[in-house]
Amino acid sequence: MTTNTHSPQTDQTQDLQEFRVEVSAWLEHNRPDDPGFLLPQTFMEVGSEKVLEFLREWQHKVWSAGYLGMAWPKKYGGQGMAPKYQSIVDQEMKRLRVPICFNVIGLGWAGPLILDIGSDFEKDKYLKGILNAEDVWCQGFSEPNHGSDLGGIQTSARREGGDYLINGSKIWTTMGNYAKYMILLARTDAKVDRRYNGLSFFLAPMQTEGVTTTPIKKLTGEYGFTETFFNDARIPATSLMGDEGQGWRIAMKTLQYERGAEAGAAGGISILSIVMNDLLNMAQDIEREGQPLLKDPVTRDNLVKLLIEEKALYLAEKRIGIPALCADYPNSLPLSGKLRGTEFFRRMRQYALTLQGGQSALYVGDKDAIDSGFWQRAYMNNFSTTIGGGTSQVQANIIGEHVLGLPKD
Amino acid sequence: MQNTRTANMALTFSDEQAMILDSAKSFCRDRSDISTVRSLLNSKTGFSSETWSDLVSLGWTGIAITEQYGGSELGIGSTVPLVESMGRHLLSTPYISTIIASQALQRGGSEAQKANWLPRVVTGSIGTLALLDNEDWGATATSCTLTADFELQGTKVMVNDAAVADFFVVLAEHNGAEVLVLVETSSLPSDSLSDKILIDETKRACNVTFNGVKLSAAAILPNSEAALRDSRLIGALLTAAEATGSSAAALDIVVSYLTSRVQFGRLIGSYQALKHPTVEMLIATDSARTLIYHAASVVDDQPLNTDAEIACRMAKAQATDALLFTGDRGIQFHGGMGFTYDCDAQLYLRRGLWIQHQYGDAQHHRLHLANLLLD
Repeated sequence: MTTNTHSPQTDQTQDLQEFRVEVSAWLEHNRPDDPGFLLPQTFMEVGSEKVLEFLREWQHKVWSAGYLGMAWPKKYGGQGMAPKYQSIVDQEMKRLRVPICFNVIGLGWAGPLILDIGSDFEKDKYLKGILNAEDVWCQGFSEPNHGSDLGGIQTSARREGGDYLINGSKIWTTMGNYAKYMILLARTDAKVDRRYNGLSFFLAPMQTEGVTTTPIKKLTGEYGFTETFFNDARIPATSLMGDEGQGWRIAMKTLQYERGAEAGAAGGISILSIVMNDLLNMAQDIEREGQPLLKDPVTRDNLVKLLIEEKALYLAEKRIGIPALCADYPNSLPLSGKLRGTEFFRRMRQYALTLQGGQSALYVGDKDAIDSGFWQRAYMNNFSTTIGGGTSQVQANIIGEHVLGLPKD
Repeated sequence: MQNTRTANMALTFSDEQAMILDSAKSFCRDRSDISTVRSLLNSKTGFSSETWSDLVSLGWTGIAITEQYGGSELGIGSTVPLVESMGRHLLSTPYISTIIASQALQRGGSEAQKANWLPRVVTGSIGTLALLDNEDWGATATSCTLTADFELQGTKVMVNDAAVADFFVVLAEHNGAEVLVLVETSSLPSDSLSDKILIDETKRACNVTFNGVKLSAAAILPNSEAALRDSRLIGALLTAAEATGSSAAALDIVVSYLTSRVQFGRLIGSYQALKHPTVEMLIATDSARTLIYHAASVVDDQPLNTDAEIACRMAKAQATDALLFTGDRGIQFHGGMGFTYDCDAQLYLRRGLWIQHQYGDAQHHRLHLANLLLD
């Protein structure tokens, strides 16, 4: 894989330019050697101890160099600098394709949430461990019977003296088997009429008796998620964030971070960027009937369609910043971003496999698989983005109802 | 392969352009409500001369003409918000034709041609490009000839707004080269125009026979090659902008119907079978809008560079596909009503069918994009 150049950056000041040069030099010099095993393309693919330890060491190294949590306060392990510096680091990480900063639930969701509404106690206790990768975080929102519908949460939290007693189960817990803490949404009041008002939000310790995790084998054959069971698990009442009954509101705030609609994330890349350029690189040596595949008119038309879509996708980020050009439906681009992006990448990755011909039938582990099965994994794993965080179909409902004003189902 | 050819991510919109967009929106809304649009469908010219003279007074025909010739020199990109608004309200005038023809002159004309015609365009003269010998918008050659003694021979088909044009910029072959020639309407024989019946009833076009029109060497645009290339791309961009506006309007009427029509006891917009494709219409239209304003940000008064060519072609490909989709679903989602002439959905379907080929259809542009992006 080559570095990708789809978005060359220009910096406004010399200071920022110099910083970018410094960062890219550091990353080039310190990027880890090929570990000899497949590295995850996203944070949802940390499926073994060796991968975990490799990524933990890398994130720690990035943080020690001062390149993670740059906009977080110094006393919590950050650098107290302007967010634009972290943006530069993230852009360079993406461009140079260094390994991901894997502790994403902490860096991107729990961390900003605690910084925003957490108590001093919570900030002191949790933030630094998120940045230096000592404390892995996971998220416990979805339940086996309630995928995208959080209002149906049944896991209960019952107050008993200085503790809460947790019972129930969560699913799709990324790194649940490695996590020290979970942001947990549980029901503290089953009697409340409106089902959202009975929910509370916890920063729950995972190394607790009664908490067990079962790794889930994904369609790729790899691991990365667990199902997490709570069987009279006793956690201290200080784990409650905010007050009882505020869980829904806090969870919605957290999802804002997940969807990138709210600033505050510590930074670092969580997903290896795979762009059209990578697909074109893959396709350029493929031949059919003695001719380069890239000379085939049907292939060319399909590739150009994808290139147009990709360009519109990236440019949309710029149009969001120009209100005059978003007057029809001001929420349209922000709310459709996930749907547009994840569905584009799904089709693009699927097409990469189509172009591989018979070789697309080979899989990870076969020595003849193109790029060790990179595209096979990329395509299959992409379903985590078109399903997780609200399926594309739920997204289409949200856009239809909240952007276009169509009636609910 | 390092494909840096799609790397230009310019998208800018100045306060001045935002003001233009605002005034364009309200002008087009005020002048072109749907009953006005329908009242003009069977009219001779297809537009209200009062509306035309008012938009001329607003300076819109001169917006991309340099100050030297009386224009406001805001650049061709500034016509995009105007044309998008016109498309939105199906406000058809000879505006697009005139802008393209005047761009051909500004980019390739002689000093005398520019001095003679550009100030007149600013004050409302109408021009149009006479490009096609046949249905092929991708053709690079022409059978229309300008003889050695400067007499035109040949017929151009589907020349937009020909019946009201004051001048034509005609693609002809002269001494083995393709050239653009400026022809004033006054030099045409009286029977040279024949009206065409168009699928989009808001539009007007004629076949124009130029046989025997006597010109001089001064009629040739000195920089014809660049002017032809750039006018085709600007034509693609402006028709893309118009299609984007029309697509947004088609989406609006669908949303309005889906939120008012009740069937089986429910508003039909609550059915996901209708809701989800309507969201696809929104996304397709959004992508078109993103790409037309990107193109508007990269075109300028210089000969158009490769980035601008890519942007114009992407914009037209996307906008064409968007409107064909919204227009088509617009009929279907209106059910039985959608099958009637009285339902406004047909206006957008017809607009889409007309506009898809203007300055090249989506496939044509993707073919050229493939050469630019994949080789």
